[in-house]
Amino acid sequence: MGDAMASMNIIFREKDVPNIHEIGTYRKHGGYDALRKAVGMKPSEVIDVVKASNLRGRGGAGFPTGVKWSFIPQSEPRKYVVVNADESETGTFKDRQIMENNPHQLIEGAMIAAWAIQATAVYIYLRGEFWDLAHMLDEHIEDARKAGFVGDNVLGSGFNCMVYTHLGAGAYICGEESALLESLEGKLGQPRVRPPFPAQKGGGLYAEPTVVNNVETIANVPWIITNGADEYKKIGTEQSSGTKIFCVSGHVEKPGNYELPLGATLRELIYEHAGGIPNGKQIKAMLPSGGSGPIVRINGNDDPILDTKLTYEDFVKIGTILGSASVIVMDETTDITWVAAKITRFFKHESCGKCTPCREGTYWLDKTLDRIMAGNARENDIDLIANVARNMQGVTLCALGDFAANPIIHTIQNFPEDFKAHIGNTANAPVTAAAAGD
Amino acid sequence: MLAEKYAPRIEKIFAKYPTKRSAVMPLLYIAQEEYGYITAEGVNEVAVLCDMDSTQVRSIAGFYTMYSEQPKGKYWLQVCTDLACALRGADQFHEQLKEHLGVDEGGTTADGMFTVEHVMCLAACDKAPMLQCNFHFHELLDMDKMKVLLEQWRSGDSAESAKPEKKTRKKTASA
Repeated sequence: MGDAMASMNIIFREKDVPNIHEIGTYRKHGGYDALRKAVGMKPSEVIDVVKASNLRGRGGAGFPTGVKWSFIPQSEPRKYVVVNADESETGTFKDRQIMENNPHQLIEGAMIAAWAIQATAVYIYLRGEFWDLAHMLDEHIEDARKAGFVGDNVLGSGFNCMVYTHLGAGAYICGEESALLESLEGKLGQPRVRPPFPAQKGGGLYAEPTVVNNVETIANVPWIITNGADEYKKIGTEQSSGTKIFCVSGHVEKPGNYELPLGATLRELIYEHAGGIPNGKQIKAMLPSGGSGPIVRINGNDDPILDTKLTYEDFVKIGTILGSASVIVMDETTDITWVAAKITRFFKHESCGKCTPCREGTYWLDKTLDRIMAGNARENDIDLIANVARNMQGVTLCALGDFAANPIIHTIQNFPEDFKAHIGNTANAPVTAAAAGD
Repeated sequence: MLAEKYAPRIEKIFAKYPTKRSAVMPLLYIAQEEYGYITAEGVNEVAVLCDMDSTQVRSIAGFYTMYSEQPKGKYWLQVCTDLACALRGADQFHEQLKEHLGVDEGGTTADGMFTVEHVMCLAACDKAPMLQCNFHFHELLDMDKMKVLLEQWRSGDSAESAKPEKKTRKKTASA
């Protein structure tokens, strides 16, 4: 039991330092030293350090952060940093804890990013439900401004950059970066056609080059600047550097956020840190990235798949993705068809309506799954939903179309017996070809 | 009129953005706070402030779920019944709450106090069952805890504001 990889608090520093949400405490423990160091460096040097650290986007896509920053054309006079705090993926609740307990590390990281691309302003886009949190964050930003870390003439460098919060109003799609930018501009949160990409002139906020990073990604930056890229790379694996916050929910004894070095195992996360499966039950399935990542079949608590390392590369090997690392655990009592129906209901509600395959596809998937769950499945319903889902893949402007197809395709692939059980139990007689056309 | 009554707040909002249109969402929150829900009057006032068509403002209000286009109860209870919460009993909790208050999904109690509806993931999956009341979170609930909360709200004997307003900052833990 004692051999589990210990948690490591690069982000969740409140576990080691009480009251680190207060600027005084944060500063006493090295807070804003990284920003001071950064403004003493050339912006391009800051980008080089982040590049060398191998930090990858923690929001889900895993794109190398420093590379993203390097896409920004330095010659443009107006540029923006946007922090994605929309956190709406089912099962994800880490950014909230970061902003609540260690807000200055986010503000400092955002200011370092701003310096690196010489940004005009920083916007932190929070989902509307983070109402209380946004108001607390405003006060922390004001504390940082008064101390000279944000606003005019940052630390005497001559660099001016303000940090603003912006509240969304309940739309999952606004976590998608181009929809987020639309929303911030006061439009419907619907994805844009790309190119141009946000980093390019014409593609970002107010058509200016823009870096969009997740809260957790940005919160890693001060540590990297302070300790250097080499130290950061010592944590984790060769391809997956640093720590990752795993949000564990569902059938575990201790649901919660766990910050672990990348490379710890799934077994350590679920059984050591999250306390294992309650009531002596066996594990049946795991969704690694909320509702959107492919579901993984796990045949009980001794399945060797639980020894898979929590890294970007190892999760691809087991047919899924690490994504946002929102781990939803399901025990042997869970009906995976019900899981597919639940996730589909979510995506049907959250489809923004712009692309037909996603808007119509999620509607029909939801309707058909309703019928299956009500005991009125028709014989070809499994084929039907699989077919609808396949026709949503790769044909929409943003990833949501694929996300909404995943729960259908991978649940049927990995748990065919759960679906067949519903067809077998159908209360109605199998429909005739003529009836199917009604 | 929003423009007069909330002048300092509105000015602060406009100062954040290079375009007036970016202020539409924060201003819609103010309109909702003032009129209780998104009214035609509120939409028109926001449109004038942001230099937009009222149709464009109405479409924004309709797109985002936190703007309500119908009047709600004094306490708007939104229960998360998404997958992660449902695995920990949120569907049952949602049903019990509706039964206790005698309302259907989306319904409001006869005294106008409570509206109950389900909502998509609120990023509090480790604290299920949970709900949002007038934009404030209440977590790790069961019906026993819920009955106490409902009683407090009903009697007005609660720190909970009927309107979403700024809460005090995170408290410092005593050493």
